[in-house]
Amino acid sequence: MNPSAPLRTGPRTLAALAAGRLAGAASRVSRRGGGTAVAGLVAQRIDPHLAQRLAAQLGRGCAVVTGTNGKTTTARMLAAIAAEAGVPALANPSGSNLMRGVASALLAATGALGRVRDGPDRLGIFEIDEATLPEAAGALRPRVIIFTNLFRDQLDRYGEVDTVARLWQRTVAELDANTTLVLNADDPAVASLAEAGRARVLTFGIDDVRVADESAPGGEHASDYRFCLACGEELAYAAAFFGHIGHWRCQSCGRARPEPDVRATCVELVGEGPTRLKIATPQGELAFALPLAGLYNVENALAAAAGALALGLPSSATEPALAAFRAAFGRQERFQLDGRSVMVLLGKNPTGMNQVLRTIAAAHAPESGGLHLLLFLNDGIADGRDISWIWDADYELIAGRTASAVISGTRAEELALRLKYAGFAIEPELVRDAQPALDAALARTPVGQMLYIVPTYTAMLEIRELLARRGQRPHFWEEA
Amino acid sequence: MHLRIAHLYPRVMNVYGDRGNILCLTHRCRARSIDVEVTELGTGDRFDPAAHELIFIGGAQDREQRRIAEDLRSVKGEAVREAIESGVVALAVCGGYQLFGRFYRESSGAQLDGLGIFDLWTEHPGQNEPRLIGNIVAEVPPAPEEGWPGGTLAGFENHGGRTYLGEGAKPLARVRSGFGNNGKDGWEGARHRNAFGSYIHGSLLPKNPSFADHLIALALRRTHGDDVRLAPIDDRIENAAHDAALRLTGSRR
Repeated sequence: MNPSAPLRTGPRTLAALAAGRLAGAASRVSRRGGGTAVAGLVAQRIDPHLAQRLAAQLGRGCAVVTGTNGKTTTARMLAAIAAEAGVPALANPSGSNLMRGVASALLAATGALGRVRDGPDRLGIFEIDEATLPEAAGALRPRVIIFTNLFRDQLDRYGEVDTVARLWQRTVAELDANTTLVLNADDPAVASLAEAGRARVLTFGIDDVRVADESAPGGEHASDYRFCLACGEELAYAAAFFGHIGHWRCQSCGRARPEPDVRATCVELVGEGPTRLKIATPQGELAFALPLAGLYNVENALAAAAGALALGLPSSATEPALAAFRAAFGRQERFQLDGRSVMVLLGKNPTGMNQVLRTIAAAHAPESGGLHLLLFLNDGIADGRDISWIWDADYELIAGRTASAVISGTRAEELALRLKYAGFAIEPELVRDAQPALDAALARTPVGQMLYIVPTYTAMLEIRELLARRGQRPHFWEEA
Repeated sequence: MHLRIAHLYPRVMNVYGDRGNILCLTHRCRARSIDVEVTELGTGDRFDPAAHELIFIGGAQDREQRRIAEDLRSVKGEAVREAIESGVVALAVCGGYQLFGRFYRESSGAQLDGLGIFDLWTEHPGQNEPRLIGNIVAEVPPAPEEGWPGGTLAGFENHGGRTYLGEGAKPLARVRSGFGNNGKDGWEGARHRNAFGSYIHGSLLPKNPSFADHLIALALRRTHGDDVRLAPIDDRIENAAHDAALRLTGSRR
């Protein structure tokens, strides 16, 4: 990042634009990766300040969404609120959340002369990889940064969760009061960012303790911040929702969950959803049915509502936008296939997986027989090469409720072992490749029933491609 | 038969799926109708050297490791050392392995003293040196006097610290692929009496069932005599996971 880099477009920028466009088109034609990041990668090589130059043309500035889980859903919810408010947004496609992905999105909206179309009217909404935040904050100068949560994820890439925490602290320390941080009050690692700098702060959290997990904390094995980041003492929880998310307090130094500005006062979780929500904000109460299941999506909705508030979007837009929200790519997306319902729920780290497993378990209706599952475990770079996290996810939650399970992916054997130790009564069928695995799982799911597909990241891309080939939903790179 | 396991700091030393080791030991005992009792010991809890046949400790981040090191030394250290010197079986993985050594030295020079069960020490070269991360396969030599043929261990390692064996330390295994203790001398892990230290998580025991059984057999022999032999159980899924992990590094059994 170089704050003094010229924001005007010169010949270098124009060359970068042309080259990026060409690379993106070539990639789309060859169907490799959908071209979502390739264009930006090529263009940024020619002009490293391209994203910065183009983002500076966005008249309504930028909002950035980062965190371990919930980035895609939260960013998409925020974009839906902006659309409802009549504000034209510019977003990067799901998962394309490194700077090259941001550059690609900007590039796609830019004419040959280097002008972002309708630039002065538009608001940038970008989901950003946790470790890319310093670079993105420098280049995009966001008005608002939303931090969803911080959990262990891809430790083979980051080393330790604390590495990410330190990176965020340093980034926040450099921000001024022109930026508003939207922080998850329920996550001690995120909430503590309020003290890290001079930025303004808006917090969100769940106030309704009826949805707390009775057994937690300690009920879940994947709890990453049990200790006060300031003094190191163990945190006490008046209510714990999942992982280390809850109403926390340090009994030694007194640091505690801040009273959230945007808070869920009433949460009614119903099986596969919708989730009935009441949210109190400084601008009044919102009440609606969120068409997604699981407590983690309540947190996402709160993050988006608080983000919209921080951006000055009218609160009248939030309620209808979230009530009509359509699941993001692979995040409780639903399809109809061969007479079966299919739901795709991304599970890529232990805390996220536990939420998915709980959601599936809650959706299980004993009278309709057991659950039908298609589970993937890949160890690609984008998944994390280390798959030991599955031993921290609580597959025990669905062990006794499963009627059929097909497992697939590069590390399916390890997953089979995990399910055996979780006490699965049925022996899962191992099918290595995605296409035959999907066929096998559909064959085992009775017509009219639901097949739950739980892929890791790269498996989700494969599944999405397979479903698209069968005429379901457009390819993800065709979506905004 | 009866096996009593002490799981040290399960709520803190739990970052890399090490819980799978406990699930595995429990499962493999129950499959043979051996009673298992797992006692979780956290900060402040005392360790009774006569109350357990097997000790397990996993890994954590540097910050959490610093937190428990003091408790391990002052509250449990003496008793754990006593138990291990008397032949109690122990498995210490990653951070737990480091703390069972003599000391852990950070790049700043700050030193964290360990239990000194293994004659080894660990140095962290600083944030600018790469962590040792990746799939690992190591070969454990046969131990015929213990009725164990040895074999391959497969898993994943992720550690910043480099561990060096002192003269009194015996390595656990020879690295076939991966980094092991320090990425240089070709050794992985350590063994002292019936205490085993290793950098391999993933989890280690579930997909290395022969090694898991070796630990169980050694532990049971303390209370049930030297002729304890474990009946074979259905290991098709375990062996498939083992072989799949070997293939990742191009290794074979």
